[in-house]
Amino acid sequence: MSTFVLLTLTGLGLGAMYFLIASGLSLIYGLMGVLNFAHGAFITVGAYGTWWTSIHVFEGVHSTLWRWLLSSLLGLVCGGVFAALVELILIRPLYSRHIEQVLVTVGLQLAFVALVTGIWGPDAKVFVVPPWLHETTDVAGAHIPNDRWLEIGTAGVVLTLLQLFLRKTRYGLIIRAGVENRAMVQALGIDVRKAFTLVFAIGGIAAAVAGVLSGVYFNVVGPDQGTSLLIFAFIVVVIGGLGSITGSAIAAVVVALTQQYTNYYGGSGIGDIIVVLLLGVVLLVRPRGFAGAVVGARA
Amino acid sequence: MTRRLVGDWLWPLLVFGAFAAVPAIHVSIPKLFDQPIDSPGTLALLAACLAYGGLALTYDVQFGFTGLLSFGHTLYIALGCYLSNIAITDYHWQFWQGILFAMGVAFVLANVLGYVSLRVGGIAFAMVTLAFAQAGAVLALKDPHHWTHGEEGLGADYTRLPKAFVGIVNTKNLYWLALAFLAFVFFVVRWAVDSSPGRIWQAIRENEMRVEVLGLRPHLYKLQAFVLSSTLAAAGGIVYMLLFNGSTLAVTEPNFTLTLLLMVVIGGAGSRWGAVLGGILYTYLNNRLIAVGSSSTVEGLPHALRTPLEQPLFLLGVVFILIVVFLPGGLAGLAVRGRVSGLRRIEAAVRPEADAA
Repeated sequence: MSTFVLLTLTGLGLGAMYFLIASGLSLIYGLMGVLNFAHGAFITVGAYGTWWTSIHVFEGVHSTLWRWLLSSLLGLVCGGVFAALVELILIRPLYSRHIEQVLVTVGLQLAFVALVTGIWGPDAKVFVVPPWLHETTDVAGAHIPNDRWLEIGTAGVVLTLLQLFLRKTRYGLIIRAGVENRAMVQALGIDVRKAFTLVFAIGGIAAAVAGVLSGVYFNVVGPDQGTSLLIFAFIVVVIGGLGSITGSAIAAVVVALTQQYTNYYGGSGIGDIIVVLLLGVVLLVRPRGFAGAVVGARA
Repeated sequence: MTRRLVGDWLWPLLVFGAFAAVPAIHVSIPKLFDQPIDSPGTLALLAACLAYGGLALTYDVQFGFTGLLSFGHTLYIALGCYLSNIAITDYHWQFWQGILFAMGVAFVLANVLGYVSLRVGGIAFAMVTLAFAQAGAVLALKDPHHWTHGEEGLGADYTRLPKAFVGIVNTKNLYWLALAFLAFVFFVVRWAVDSSPGRIWQAIRENEMRVEVLGLRPHLYKLQAFVLSSTLAAAGGIVYMLLFNGSTLAVTEPNFTLTLLLMVVIGGAGSRWGAVLGGILYTYLNNRLIAVGSSSTVEGLPHALRTPLEQPLFLLGVVFILIVVFLPGGLAGLAVRGRVSGLRRIEAAVRPEADAA
């Protein structure tokens, strides 16, 4: 029983990161039709931004909690700004040329990982976090590392904020309308392109949050960390339905839990294979994913 | 008719013939190669270039000619590379049995996985193929049956390989093998894209709906292109195994597919010479830039400038982005100025439905 509880909460912690990455990917795809490979770079920017500022900017801050919080905040700002710049400089000039947009993000992702490896080396960096995050809390006999609560809580907050933003604000309305029918929004005289930059910035911040959390979860940050998380986020996006935040959240939980349980009970690596099979089954039964009734790839 | 005969068969034969003569030339080209052309070191580099040229061309069959953006092409290269090696080294099969086995499995799996993943199009197809390739990469890494030897990789048992392909003295044979693979892929692709199904592949790339309206089933034709491309890739995987004396996880990783994508786009998507040129050029630069990066001129540069130069993938990634933005036809697009070429022709195939309507 205690193992099961531990697996479940660890799975939810992992699912939280998948969701944070997938939500941005899903919104960007839903609105602009761009499969954003550079999302891996956004994760890396968030993680390395936090790591770098915590040793170069906030090294004098004595409380590890404040040091971590302040550097994480700067990491998120880096992620958001970087993502917005990518949209403005690389994506916007290629407006309505989808394949070229996708390829540019692929190139950026590869070049960026190489650049990070070149500057800071291929080795993973130790991530400084408040010590209590590595302590455990007992739940039903299981020792749960405290960082799991942080991951689950953060994803919950981000999900709520995103939903509030999309449902209650004018920009949220434009984004939702744009996901459903971009041409119609433009025909109403609304400049959708501002929403593009905004969606990229939001996605960049969410991915940077995932980057920071991955540093907490794995204790280290490395140049390839973003890429490996990105692949499962892609699977989550397809299963959840492109363009749907709620779909991404549900799919993230399903994928992460399936992965954890089968990796433990079925053997190392089996979970990853099962997730891919799950993807295959979803595509055969519902090519548009759980919630992808509105926007999907061509069936 | 004569023009086609000359352009499609005579020129390639002459070019490949010229390449075949390379191991017989004893000259040094100081800046381009460290050692004389006929030395094993240079020949091994050239063989890798030619093999990657062929692999890039197999990818171009589905990407440039049919408009299928796959991120999982490397799965089939890895199948060829690993299965042939496992059958020969671990199970002591004959060389030819190992090859047939690997090719057969790759062919069947390409049919099955292609059938499933082609149910979705455009970007979703890219993600699904990526996921399948990732499953392959995980299997090879975790190695549940002790077949692939995980991170160590699986060195080929050289006593069971044909003698002609073993040892440094025989590097020139490996060079010819790589060249033969490239030429084989080149002529198969030449024949396939000009056949009547091949023309339908290109029609699907330009406008899938029109193909459907003509009463043809695009799914079937896309599957054909996918299977041909993947099976040729598996053959490339076997050549790779022979060139590098075994199989390593590098061929299973999704980045390998992205590398092929870079090669094809740099050379020119949907162009046979373009893809081959892209593959050769990319591989050459990737190898040589490391030497440039550690050379004395670069050593003198300040740290901030030097670091990026030591990472070939950074430079090649930047070149790739510049080509995508400013030269979507790739290098081959330079030859056909003014005509729509390269990425522009694939656009319709990858565009999301909401926009296409």
